[in-house]
Amino acid sequence: MSAPRLSADRERCIGAGMCAMTAPDVFDQDPDDGLVLLLHTEPPAAHRAAARMAVGVCPSGAIAFHEPEPGGS
Amino acid sequence: MSDSLHTVTALPTERRTGCPFDPPAELLDARRHGPLSGFTHPGGKPGWLITGYDMVRSVLADPRFSSRKDLMNVVDFQLPPAPPGEFLLMDEPEHSRYRKPLVGKFTVRRMRMLTERIEQITADCLDAMEAAGPSADLVTAFAKPIPTIVICEILGVPYADRASFQEQIDTFMGGEVSDEELIAAYTATQEYLAQLVAAKRAHPTDDVLSELTDSDLTDEELRGISLILLAAGFDTTANMLSLGTFALLQNPDQLAALRADPALTDGAVEELLRYLSVAKTFHRTALEDVELDGHTIKAGTTVVLSYNTANRDPDRFADPHTLDLGRQATGHLAFSHGIHQCLGQQLARVEMRVAFRALIDRFPTLRLAVPAAEVRLRPETADIFGVKSLPVTWDAK
Ligand code: HEM
Ligand code: SF4
Repeated sequence: MSAPRLSADRERCIGAGMCAMTAPDVFDQDPDDGLVLLLHTEPPAAHRAAARMAVGVCPSGAIAFHEPEPGGS
Repeated sequence: MSDSLHTVTALPTERRTGCPFDPPAELLDARRHGPLSGFTHPGGKPGWLITGYDMVRSVLADPRFSSRKDLMNVVDFQLPPAPPGEFLLMDEPEHSRYRKPLVGKFTVRRMRMLTERIEQITADCLDAMEAAGPSADLVTAFAKPIPTIVICEILGVPYADRASFQEQIDTFMGGEVSDEELIAAYTATQEYLAQLVAAKRAHPTDDVLSELTDSDLTDEELRGISLILLAAGFDTTANMLSLGTFALLQNPDQLAALRADPALTDGAVEELLRYLSVAKTFHRTALEDVELDGHTIKAGTTVVLSYNTANRDPDRFADPHTLDLGRQATGHLAFSHGIHQCLGQQLARVEMRVAFRALIDRFPTLRLAVPAAEVRLRPETADIFGVKSLPVTWDAK
């Protein structure tokens, strides 16, 4: 598949909630510990721009987009 | 890379007359020379001043820079470490130990659930303001009571204690009082919080502080946490509400746009945060030698980060000195960046969205009751910028 994949590192996350605020269709915060929860690892096209912005504003670098390998399968 | 280093010898003590919302000219000027300036701390210690957006942001995300109070190298004596629970001035792993149990209590979702309660608190303040009208000091009638009542509910301060508790915190934060009064109010607040923690441990109620007693945090740590929630959450929000209202009144076209379109509210709050950046300067200390823009920040040297100047960086925000409620202000540094980014930001956002909206809906003719030049500003040396009072008036119905 060629959709970019998201990853979230709950060790780095500081629960600031920027992701859940910026891209609520893609990220949530765990109701107990407040840390990031991925709702989609491969966000649908409609939510990709918001997800990218969330990656940009996350204060702790806990979330990342992995582009598919250009020539990969 | 700059060969001739611009230097700033001390933080400016005043803003330019007529520009109450803009960082002092010396800081804007420093940024024009480059993101990094030489600096001398008040105690004569050499340091650095960072005013460019990209550099402030990257230092905040860099674990080679510490927030520890006892490492801050700004005065000629050794500062003590932050007291237990006051994690704003701690590094990992201590910082996380305190912050982690709290984040679940301040999520976007939980703070949205508080919206109705905050609407009620705001409506009560506006009712009282209207009944006593048609004029008021917006600081005492609106900007202070809303965040105070909200923090009282988070900490579970019983109704019977609220009036005296409010008076205390008002005195020790932003009050114009003598040193003795300040220390007395600070001590009284500490004692009150210690009592409150003990009471919550004995008889938990439905509030964040009671929930936190169900963790491995000691009473002393919980008192420190309560104090930091109070100190970080009250004065900041109060000044955003009052200075924000002043800024809206001084930008009538923006205010009219906001009035006409409730959908603009969330973006307007982000832009006011960027434009005003009331929490304007913080410090970080290099743990090892760090290269920045061709200069070496030596281990043990403290850098001053100017969040408000960075938020006016034209390389990041087009036309930065214009309040433009429709702009995309996300990414501003008003809540900082990195592991210390504001824990209470989602709460502060809900408070501001609700309060600004309700205020402008309630008083369509709201205006300053004195000429803008007579509005009394806080001194630039205050940690949090704002107005001392904001006399407003409106046409009674
Ligand atoms: C508009 C209002 C507010 C502003 C502008 C603001 C700003 C900030 C800033 C800039 C920092 C980071 C300082 C640094 O970089 O070292 C911070 C941290 C913090 N804020 Fe806020 N704040 C606001 C409201 C609140 C509220 C309502 C609360 C809680 C009730 C709160 C609690 C905290 C705490 C606990 C920290 C320390 C976080 C840490 O060190 O991990 N703040 N705030
Ligand atoms: S924005 Fe980053 S730090 Fe904040 S909750 Fe999301 S992943 Fe965690």
